Amino acid sequence: MSLLNGKKVIIIGDRDGVPGPAIEECVKTAGAEVVYSSTECFV
Amino acid sequence: MNSVIKGASYILAHTPDMVMENGTTQTTEKIVNPNSEYLKELPNHIRTYEQVLAYLPNQTYIGNMHPDELAKYPQPWVDTTVEGMNERVGKYGEIMPEDEFYMLMQCVDVFELVMLDKEFVAATKEKFAANPVIDETIVARIHEGVAASEIEHFVNEEHAEPLVFNGKTVGFVKRAHDVDANLSAHTMLENMVAKASAVLSLLHLIRVTGVGKDEIDYVIDCCEEACGDMNQRGGGNFAKAAAEIAGLTNATGCDVRGFCAGPTHAFINAASLVKAGTHKNVVVVAGGCTAKLGMNGKDHVKKGLPILEDMIGGFAILLSENDGVNPEVDTEHTGKHTVGTGSAPQNVISSLVTNPLDAAGLKITDVDKYSAEMQNPDITKPAGAGDVPLANYKMIAALGVKRGDLEKKDLATFPAEHGMVGWAPTQGHIPSGVPYVGVCRDDILEGKVNRAMVIGKGSLFLGRMTNLFDGVSVMITKNSGKTEEAAVSEEHIKGLIGKAMKEFATSLLAAADEE
Repeated sequence: MSLLNGKKVIIIGDRDGVPGPAIEECVKTAGAEVVYSSTECFV
Repeated sequence: MNSVIKGASYILAHTPDMVMENGTTQTTEKIVNPNSEYLKELPNHIRTYEQVLAYLPNQTYIGNMHPDELAKYPQPWVDTTVEGMNERVGKYGEIMPEDEFYMLMQCVDVFELVMLDKEFVAATKEKFAANPVIDETIVARIHEGVAASEIEHFVNEEHAEPLVFNGKTVGFVKRAHDVDANLSAHTMLENMVAKASAVLSLLHLIRVTGVGKDEIDYVIDCCEEACGDMNQRGGGNFAKAAAEIAGLTNATGCDVRGFCAGPTHAFINAASLVKAGTHKNVVVVAGGCTAKLGMNGKDHVKKGLPILEDMIGGFAILLSENDGVNPEVDTEHTGKHTVGTGSAPQNVISSLVTNPLDAAGLKITDVDKYSAEMQNPDITKPAGAGDVPLANYKMIAALGVKRGDLEKKDLATFPAEHGMVGWAPTQGHIPSGVPYVGVCRDDILEGKVNRAMVIGKGSLFLGRMTNLFDGVSVMITKNSGKTEEAAVSEEHIKGLIGKAMKEFATSLLAAADEE
């Protein structure tokens, strides 16, 4: 059972790291529900 | 023929009072939490002009210290000083103090929107005019100034933005229209700062390249501001406005925008215009941004650091016809993050780095230096954004291992060997790829580097028109030594060979016919 299975997830991705949509794809496959996802610019 | 990089300029303006007055972190805090501890504490974290001169990343930006030399000093650099490394002027530009920068803002204003206090002008005029790049045409634009009572009136009753120096209001930028939000005092101040810092960059570009002002054909501005009125908010044209003040009488130009990726887009556009023969000398220029002053200030203050985002940045690059000497811009092999690229890190790096390398038949290790996002880690690390250049180098290296371009054991050494430490202020477009162009030109001319890649990334999603971000890349290479004349003779030789072979084939056919 995945750690994220059945959990609601808020994603804040990093443009120069791992962007939101990429994290989104990963957590979905782990059974999580994405309630919010965005990519931010920290510079 | 590829175009070449004739030179580049890099300038900074130390604007500590603008941190409090115009930086959006501070102006937002004043609205939502006016009595906050942060606002009370911030004035105790402002650096003096002498401190910013002695700050090694600033000296690196204006060309007094090579990035490789900066890398030898342990981070953070905030408390490190090196004897003699505190000059105002560098190989590429200068660090202008705030009072002189206000004078420059007044000089670049052509609509009497920027007014300074009479006494302030009298006290500052002489030292401003003593700057060798400030020529008589700019000095002639100095307004004698207005009375303190007029400043008070415009700031308190006419919605003007104050210009503060050492805590005292010494001038203002007034609105250019009564109701048009796009000509508000706030917008006019931002635009005037971008224009003034672009003009200073152009003046230093003329100094460092020795090119005649009348030789510049075209200017492309790539800052992140927009100028226009209520009927065309981003009409432009910063490029021509700055060129006018800098005295580039034979130039026209346009603005290219792409968030932080704007400079690399503009650089590729400029290099292509020269290569196509449309123009001989094209300048890419950008001024800086007041909104980002003190952007990470809360974290800096919380950690007992000075406010490190107290500098307005600017740069200019001259691209010219191939002279057989200066480094070339390889516009045939560029990288681009497309609409269909997606956001997976592997796809992003492939689109920007390995796609152009594959097209050129090169490996990741064939590029001696990558210049991605060159933000100073002193600024970003305390704010939790990490070391941005290092993060980009790690991504490139990881992809290199996946492709078999380098071995896993080389992952750790790749950033130092093929990258650099960041030294540019977090002024959005200013640190994005282009800070290395000037150094790169010198490195290539000195034989230290043969090939470099400039990568610019932009956060388009901030404009709320798309969820996408963007990026483009371009390679800079050692000059092949082929000039326009050489290329013509090569074509001529090819023609001669072709003609000879045709004649030979005809004679063979004739011989066969005879048989």
